[in-house]
Amino acid sequence: MSEISLKTELAGIKMNSPIMTASGTFGFGEEFEDFADFSTLGAIVVKGTTLQPRSGNKGIRIAETPAGMLNCIGLENPGVKVFIDEISPRIKKYNCPIIVNISGSTVEEYGELANMLDIDAVAAVELNVSCPNVKEGGIAFGVEPKSMMSVIRAAKKNTHKPVIIKLSPNVTDIAMMAKAAEEAGADAISLINTLMGMAIDINTWRPVLGNITGGLSGPAVKPVALRMVWEVRKAVSLPIIGMGGIMNAQDAIEFFLAGADAVAVGTANFVEPDITVKIYDGLEKYLGQKNLTDIKDIIGKLQA
Amino acid sequence: MILHKHFLADGAIIRHEKIGANDVYLLDIDIFTNAESFAAGQFVQLQVPDGEILLRRPLSIADVSGSRIVLIYRLIGKGTERLARAAVGSKVSILGPLGTGFGLECKRPLLVGGGLGIAPLLLLAKRFAGQADILMGCKNAAQMDWPLPLFKNVVKNTFITTDDGSMGMRGFTAEHLPKILAENSYDKVFVCGPEIMMKTVAKITAGHKIACEVSLEKRMACGLGACLSCTIETRQGRKKVCKDGPVFNSTEVFFDE
Repeated sequence: MSEISLKTELAGIKMNSPIMTASGTFGFGEEFEDFADFSTLGAIVVKGTTLQPRSGNKGIRIAETPAGMLNCIGLENPGVKVFIDEISPRIKKYNCPIIVNISGSTVEEYGELANMLDIDAVAAVELNVSCPNVKEGGIAFGVEPKSMMSVIRAAKKNTHKPVIIKLSPNVTDIAMMAKAAEEAGADAISLINTLMGMAIDINTWRPVLGNITGGLSGPAVKPVALRMVWEVRKAVSLPIIGMGGIMNAQDAIEFFLAGADAVAVGTANFVEPDITVKIYDGLEKYLGQKNLTDIKDIIGKLQA
Repeated sequence: MILHKHFLADGAIIRHEKIGANDVYLLDIDIFTNAESFAAGQFVQLQVPDGEILLRRPLSIADVSGSRIVLIYRLIGKGTERLARAAVGSKVSILGPLGTGFGLECKRPLLVGGGLGIAPLLLLAKRFAGQADILMGCKNAAQMDWPLPLFKNVVKNTFITTDDGSMGMRGFTAEHLPKILAENSYDKVFVCGPEIMMKTVAKITAGHKIACEVSLEKRMACGLGACLSCTIETRQGRKKVCKDGPVFNSTEVFFDE
């Protein structure tokens, strides 16, 4: 029997596995040095980056919810210049493709960011048009196809790297958004970002989160994410990076079956910092048990 | 600053019991790795052994002995209620040691603790090998039931305050601090407790020109500096409580904005 292979290629990026980290949940990789095995990761998607440094939202930024968590970090990040000059040289040693998640407050800013990040250290950019927590750089671009398409076009025009669009689940028709992304020239689709939600303190009669609303992630959103991956798979031929509440190999396998070409692990990194390694091992084991040798053997194989 | 490699281990619960009438519990866990080098002030992220609690719970390290760590917590919600059910002998996932510890360089330390904030001061007192004094405050005499025996032989002098005066001096720790500072020659104060208490203590120590370290508490998810839930503004810019703290110089974090 030939050896089991998790190696894959996504939008031209060669990956050691189809397991990525979701933006904002893995820092710049450095925070997980003691736990992660970077050779088992397909790519590290780093924290949402903006042109200028951002200090994020004030007040309470997270709230635990049943099988999930809400966050309203508010895109705290050191800014693209610090990423390029200081952080990217440091994380080169991981020998793992680095994908930079970017947010702009105008269409032009997405173009500018994509242009600045068209450097050797960066494998691709992921357009964040679905951050529910900031006015600019956020959801405004991701819930309406026309503005999303202009953001994709601006990025594509300004970089030689693959452009990944991260879709918001906070829309009526996710397949329609995916089709629009494909038409605008996106190279891959990430989905889903967090679902907008809120939590209320019944003693103070106030919202728990400083920003009132936040993005829901974790196991609670997985069924929604799976359904959306499946719908998008039927609608477009672009590669899909599936994410949303993946906590173990079984969850990841469900996403592959639904049609994801790769998966990204998010909230689970907060709970089990070595979870990506465990998922890698779990995928290998699963393929072995099914007498399969290649992860591609299960992608999109859902019989429905 | 000593940087430890983090460990992630299934610890075994050696002892788990209620030590305070006010729902305070002590957890003694074997983590199968040497814990002696953990710094006082560092914390661990404990996974509540119950499939339904998603996020780990940050708990300060109250004591270490060989490969064992002691954690002290109070029932305050669903997570700690589930944790309290964990049986001796069962496993509990521990991530740590996280954050920075207290800076031990000083000759005459005073520890100031309020409520559950007294817990991490136990390991700190042990690190000072009986040379530290402690000023501890609780709501009433009944709530002094757990800290008093723990600190019995590990500090030089013990000052006690209760809000209602049912034990020791009546009032808050900070109210009695100026007199205690005036009558002794402390060169550093270490404080852990409610934020308002730490702020007041910081103000008083600044007035006395005495160095002061505070241990902050903030909601966090990962404990590793990745989720950015626990960011605070400091004089040196934005810092993460989990990684740059939880121990900070008081002047760095408490200032008029």
